[in-house]
Amino acid sequence: MDVHNLTITDIKADLKDKKYSAVELTKAYLERIKTLEPKLNAFVTVTEEKALKDAKKADELLADGQDLPVLGIPMSIKDNFSTKYIETTASSKVLEHYRPPFNATVVQRLEDAGMVMVGKTNLDAFAHGSSTEASDFGTTKNPWNQECLAGGSSGGAAASIAADEAVAAIGSETAGSTRLPASWCGVVGLKPTYGRVSRYGVVAMGSSLDSPGPLTKTVEDTAQILQIIAGQDIHDGTTSSSEPKEYITLMKDKRRMTIGISKDYFQDVETEVAAKIEDALKILEKQGHTIKNIELFDPKYAIDVYTILQRSEVSSNLARLDGIRYGEDRTVFGEEAMRRVMLGTYVLSAGHYDAFYKKAQKVRTLIIENFAKAYETVDVIVGPSAPVPAMPLGSTEKNPMFGEVIDRLMEPSSIAGLCGINVPAGFSKDRLPIGLQVIGPQFAEDLILNLAYQFEQATLYWQQHPTL
Amino acid sequence: MYNTHMTKTKIDIDKIARLAQMTPSANLREKLEKQLEATVVHIEGLEKIDTSSVSGTNQVTNLSNVFRDDIVTPSLSQEDALMNSKKIYNGLFMVSAVLPDST
Repeated sequence: MDVHNLTITDIKADLKDKKYSAVELTKAYLERIKTLEPKLNAFVTVTEEKALKDAKKADELLADGQDLPVLGIPMSIKDNFSTKYIETTASSKVLEHYRPPFNATVVQRLEDAGMVMVGKTNLDAFAHGSSTEASDFGTTKNPWNQECLAGGSSGGAAASIAADEAVAAIGSETAGSTRLPASWCGVVGLKPTYGRVSRYGVVAMGSSLDSPGPLTKTVEDTAQILQIIAGQDIHDGTTSSSEPKEYITLMKDKRRMTIGISKDYFQDVETEVAAKIEDALKILEKQGHTIKNIELFDPKYAIDVYTILQRSEVSSNLARLDGIRYGEDRTVFGEEAMRRVMLGTYVLSAGHYDAFYKKAQKVRTLIIENFAKAYETVDVIVGPSAPVPAMPLGSTEKNPMFGEVIDRLMEPSSIAGLCGINVPAGFSKDRLPIGLQVIGPQFAEDLILNLAYQFEQATLYWQQHPTL
Repeated sequence: MYNTHMTKTKIDIDKIARLAQMTPSANLREKLEKQLEATVVHIEGLEKIDTSSVSGTNQVTNLSNVFRDDIVTPSLSQEDALMNSKKIYNGLFMVSAVLPDST
């Protein structure tokens, strides 16, 4: 079975027409995972038994004439999302044998919507990283070139989509962790507005930043997943009470937008990447959108703000891992987790709290105000997702600020709690994907999905596949 | 973009490790000390930014005091709550002694 160009919409139609069964489809994806995993290491746990059980149930419901939004669709879930009675390791030895007694809200909603879960994907341990090199279970390789990184922390999720090991994936982003691997693996990745999607059951990293979101081949598939997982959750007091919009309908509106671009977002960006984004802007202009130069807060300051806020929240969140109720004791923490917790502890400690943490929170306010001002004159902001295409394996060694520097074009929008989407924008001369990001105001996922969809329809990069 | 010159700040790595309840090896301690000091140099760059006109943001969607009704609802069973612990006694989690042995 050729799974390369299958989207959620295609599969639902095929299942309805009985072209194949959900079990046959799932077996094809599981077979593909078995073949590719030695090369890619996208998965921590392949949930074969559960996947076949889910698929069998899907076939029974289909035979009964029932339908659900992702009935029978093979999906991968990042391993920092709690899955009931199934190992949830956050790619760390500390949680290697941990089986949550509950599902994360995102997982529960997808289960209720009929998903077939094929496995839990690899990440940097506790999502502390932008490469998966900090995973305690090995690095995920980029499907386009296995000498290169898939990016992170949702590297396994992005790789699983690029390699057609799943139709849709769930990842999470604190600052860049969905958009960066999506960019490096040539797939669509959405960071929703903070509070649009419940964090309940997601192993906490930065509680004021974490944003669960989908990774898929197409923008429409991403819109479909968002529709399922978005919305207020009684278990997460930071979720918004505003109703999710009709994302799929709004995505297909023929709107013309004013697109803001900032020269600071093209600073220190590789020539090839900048060139591809310039090409993309020409396509968008031809489609009738207006490009406007705007002044944005220099992303380089966002690195410092993000470093402080994230590491502070990490140090607080990982304090719960005491090995008493679950998990191993604290001697088993990897180096990256230790580094982050200790820096967080330092900046929160007496004598440093004002100079660092409180200062970072104030600069955060400036960043938020700066974006708000920009959005008075533009609808969305566009730029490269990453300054470079996928870097070689080993790039993070001896570089404790690797993630913060690579993610600098996404940190400002994450700090401000905005929404952002990566959409494929072409390839480098070495055939590595280059991604374009569209950043929208809070709760404007409809706008960024719309623009990304228009760009995707004009370029169709998603129909190209790595040779595996 | 990564600043590598030495900071005037000296980090007491043993104190931070104790506060953070982390146990890095002696070699790692030395490495972490240098790395943390280098990071501090970097983040000290924020001092340059004028923030006199703003207050800090810790909640980007302006939510506060989000409560639910005070009604008891089902929660985890005792079995589920205990299922991941290695140290259980009589249906309770076992913890290390809080007070030292006074004998």
